Amino acid sequence: MNLDGAMSLGDWEAIINVVLLGLLLVVTVGIIRVRNLFAVVMLAGIYSLLMALVFTLLDAVDVAFTEAAVGAGISTILSLGTLALIDSRREKLPNRVQFVPLLISLATGGVLFWGMQDMPAVGTADAPNQVHVAPYYISQTPVDIDVPNIVTAVLASYRGFDTLGEVTVIFTAGIGVMMLLSAMPVIGARRRRRRDDDDQGDDA
Amino acid sequence: MIEHLVPRILAKLLIPFILLFGLYVQFHGDFGPGGGFQAGVIFAAGIILYALIYGLDQARGVITPGFVSILVALGLLIYAGVGVATLLLGGEFLNYGVLDSHDPVHGQHLGILIIEFGVGTTVAAVMITIFYQFAGRLQITRELESDDPDDTPDTPVPDAQSSDAQASDAQASDAQERR
Repeated sequence: MNLDGAMSLGDWEAIINVVLLGLLLVVTVGIIRVRNLFAVVMLAGIYSLLMALVFTLLDAVDVAFTEAAVGAGISTILSLGTLALIDSRREKLPNRVQFVPLLISLATGGVLFWGMQDMPAVGTADAPNQVHVAPYYISQTPVDIDVPNIVTAVLASYRGFDTLGEVTVIFTAGIGVMMLLSAMPVIGARRRRRRDDDDQGDDA
Repeated sequence: MIEHLVPRILAKLLIPFILLFGLYVQFHGDFGPGGGFQAGVIFAAGIILYALIYGLDQARGVITPGFVSILVALGLLIYAGVGVATLLLGGEFLNYGVLDSHDPVHGQHLGILIIEFGVGTTVAAVMITIFYQFAGRLQITRELESDDPDDTPDTPVPDAQSSDAQASDAQASDAQERR
């Protein structure tokens, strides 16, 4: 905060960040504690929406778009569709406390916190990811490709082969879901069998 | 089909703008934030909202599953096809510069526009397909249950949860009444 007491833009951003991260914490505890699966799905949607706001604050608007549309929108609807397909509406608790998963979670979390000490602060100009290929992209995009959005230039042109691979992954996921969930042959077979049974009944 | 008036009217107002915003994000990706992936999911979200409000059958009538499954492959083919086209024009795979014989920068613009369109097509089609499959599965399950109430259901009913067992009993008697 400035000495004259006025709030600068950075102060406001810090306050909004703290509020958003606090809400994320509350929603996470809610997801862990709540046993009603419908409520869990809704809380997960809220979590995604909060993450989209955090991404917006980090100036990653592209990621925020995706998180809001996929995380809060489509995956919430798919989860609700799954809930409609299964019988149980409540999470079943294990009979006793599982110590091994708890230990693995705590150890992984601890190692991640330990590793965070070596990470440069957000927005540091001499961070390793800012001095590797990023200066080349920033200096060469106006010459090579000349689109205002450097992210698009990197994703679509400099890293075009990577993006082709990503689209192939999405394509494969769609084909996989089609093969797993499409049950039209089953219905057709049952209908045919029933028709055959009816015909035999008429003959008799 | 949802009978509630307010969601129906709101959806009717919102869906054109959601689809338009999807197209804006698609074709304005060179200039502002966004691109094919974001545009695809926004467009798919608009279609899914339509299906949620007006019913799956209505949505399948507007955009048929067969058409969507063609689009799933077509988007990827457009992307890879641009790569093959650059190969045939004498450049490296996905080097869009050769697409315009006069100015490589224009070739880059053209290539980015086309491959982003391919990305958006595949992403939107895959999202719509996955939603159709999930929602359609529910219809299939219901149809199977109402077809064969005497058969044992595909998914075993957990015995420990008596409330669940009662619920499925109620469903079974429901199905018999419908017959």
